Amino acid sequence: MSSIFMYIIAFFSIYVQIFFLVTFLEKRKKIQYRQGTMALANYPEVTIIVPCWNEEATLDATVASLQALDYPAHKLTFFLVDDGSTDSTWEKMQKYATNNQIKIFHKENGGKHTAMNMGIEMATSEYVGCLDADSFVDPVALKRIISYFNSDEKVMAVVPSIVVHTPKNLIQRIQKVEYNWGVYMKKMLALMNGIHVTPGPFSIYRREIFAQIGLFRRAHNTEDMEIAYRMQKNYMKIEHCNDAFVYTVTPDTVKKLYKQRLRWIYGFIKNTIDYRKMVFSKKYGVISWFTLPSGVISIVGAVTMFSLLAYNIGHFFFDKVLQVQAAGFSTNIMPSMKFDWFFINTAAFNMVTIILYILLLIGLILGARLAEGKPRLSINVIPFMLIYSVIAPFWILKAVWNAVTSRKTSWR
Amino acid sequence: MNKNVDWKKYVIVFIITLALFITAIIVSSSLNEKKFSSLKSIQDQIAVDLLSSEVQYSLLEEQSCSDVTNSVLSQELGNFADKIEYSENNNIGSTSDLTDLKKNYSLLEIKDYLLMKKVTKRCGIKSSFILYFYANSADCTDCTKQSYALTSLREKYPELRVYSFDYNLDLSAVRALIAIYKIPNNLPAIVIDEKTYAGFQDATTIEKIIGPALKPVEKKTTTKTKKSESVSVPATTTESQ
Repeated sequence: MSSIFMYIIAFFSIYVQIFFLVTFLEKRKKIQYRQGTMALANYPEVTIIVPCWNEEATLDATVASLQALDYPAHKLTFFLVDDGSTDSTWEKMQKYATNNQIKIFHKENGGKHTAMNMGIEMATSEYVGCLDADSFVDPVALKRIISYFNSDEKVMAVVPSIVVHTPKNLIQRIQKVEYNWGVYMKKMLALMNGIHVTPGPFSIYRREIFAQIGLFRRAHNTEDMEIAYRMQKNYMKIEHCNDAFVYTVTPDTVKKLYKQRLRWIYGFIKNTIDYRKMVFSKKYGVISWFTLPSGVISIVGAVTMFSLLAYNIGHFFFDKVLQVQAAGFSTNIMPSMKFDWFFINTAAFNMVTIILYILLLIGLILGARLAEGKPRLSINVIPFMLIYSVIAPFWILKAVWNAVTSRKTSWR
Repeated sequence: MNKNVDWKKYVIVFIITLALFITAIIVSSSLNEKKFSSLKSIQDQIAVDLLSSEVQYSLLEEQSCSDVTNSVLSQELGNFADKIEYSENNNIGSTSDLTDLKKNYSLLEIKDYLLMKKVTKRCGIKSSFILYFYANSADCTDCTKQSYALTSLREKYPELRVYSFDYNLDLSAVRALIAIYKIPNNLPAIVIDEKTYAGFQDATTIEKIIGPALKPVEKKTTTKTKKSESVSVPATTTESQ
């Protein structure tokens, strides 16, 4: 029975990867890889909101990154919103008070989405965007994003490619692999109009959508996911500008990574529960029949694979305990290294797993192509696969547990 | 806009996935068939060895003991046991085919046991024999422990000969052994030099029984004749050549 379940999970995991690959082969010519600066037919007004909560250390760099944007200054405004910081963020903002391009606001602490909402309400521009204080934008990113709006009036939001800012240790290097892979998946979803999250770092929206569907709502600390669900529910098109890069500072320790992913997965579960009527609904397209179900499959798949791994590790150690009990420590604890092809596991499930890994590797190569311009396989793919397959199930299991017990996750 | 679902694509992807799945199953099945064929060829090799051992024993009656090799059956017998066990655990070959192989294996062991007893007696070779009866079921944890204990002893005492039998194997020769040595059904059980011991016996206990008859080897590179994880077809016979 359990093996049938494993085969079903493996089948749908492969199905998801094939779906991405077929989409890539089908629509690869639509993917743009632009180099250098570009000129737009028109430059609409844009407001970028930077919600700040205790960002004294990163504020200046974030503002400098925004000021370096290749976009007409008179069409671009920055709102720095201090969300009741307890450090010197507000004092640091004062030096920008006289800058014509920058407006500063202070409010009681209410969460990132309330700072965003304040900015949206104050804005008068056609487009509004957000930039988290721990992210930096490529100068040409905004132009490239606006080009999507200019070429298709149905586009209501455009998300950028988020890549890792100067990875310093192994944890950040493996996240770089993951983020690049994410660029590929995001692009494929966008090509099918199935994006389910408009991430905090530099997603740009037509301001009119907030009048139609409302402002950001409190949504399990993943408000950027909820707004995307709501947009999809209202048949609003979300695009992905794969060549607009935003560099984000990723968690540098397993603990920080765990907390971040716990929040993301928990948010996905809770938002999907909130919008459960969108799953397998005839009213909605890819998000309903592919994006959300594949997210659920990835969660179930990771937990299943981890259970299998945990069982095998447990069995191995139990066996070693028996060995020591039977013959003492003098016995040969390590298995024989003598090679015989007969003992290579050729079970059908292993063959299926190999296929799945090959498809994942193809996705990683295509991710590198989109994020770095070259289809390559980084050496960090090995630790990425090894480490994530061990640690990811922990935050997934914890997120499932928290969702079941309605225990909330925290931002930090 | 969002309402359009490209069902054709969903079906095509399903067919591709199914094709990959079927390919994986066919490849797996083909490799497993090859493995099973290799098991059969090992069995043929052992049959030749058995014939050789019989001829050798006939010769023994006319020749001096110096012409007798210590190991009558080849190293292949241990390898054979490992592979049968692995096949059982990994569903290689049908249950009935594997049972047939196990029966052949058990018969070969009994042949070797009888022959070696005669050889050691006639030629005065120091050797100790252990018949080991186990249950081929996941809940016999003591059987797993027993096979570990015997494996470690065989590494320590090369002259020790261990013959393992599946207690539940439907083979008259094995049933005869069970009757002769009055093997109880609370397994594992071992017979050391004709005396039966029921239940798990650790390596130290067995060592005390066989110790006086055999001397341990100095630490050297011994060839393990079976996987230490063995449960179903534990220790087998073979000594260093």
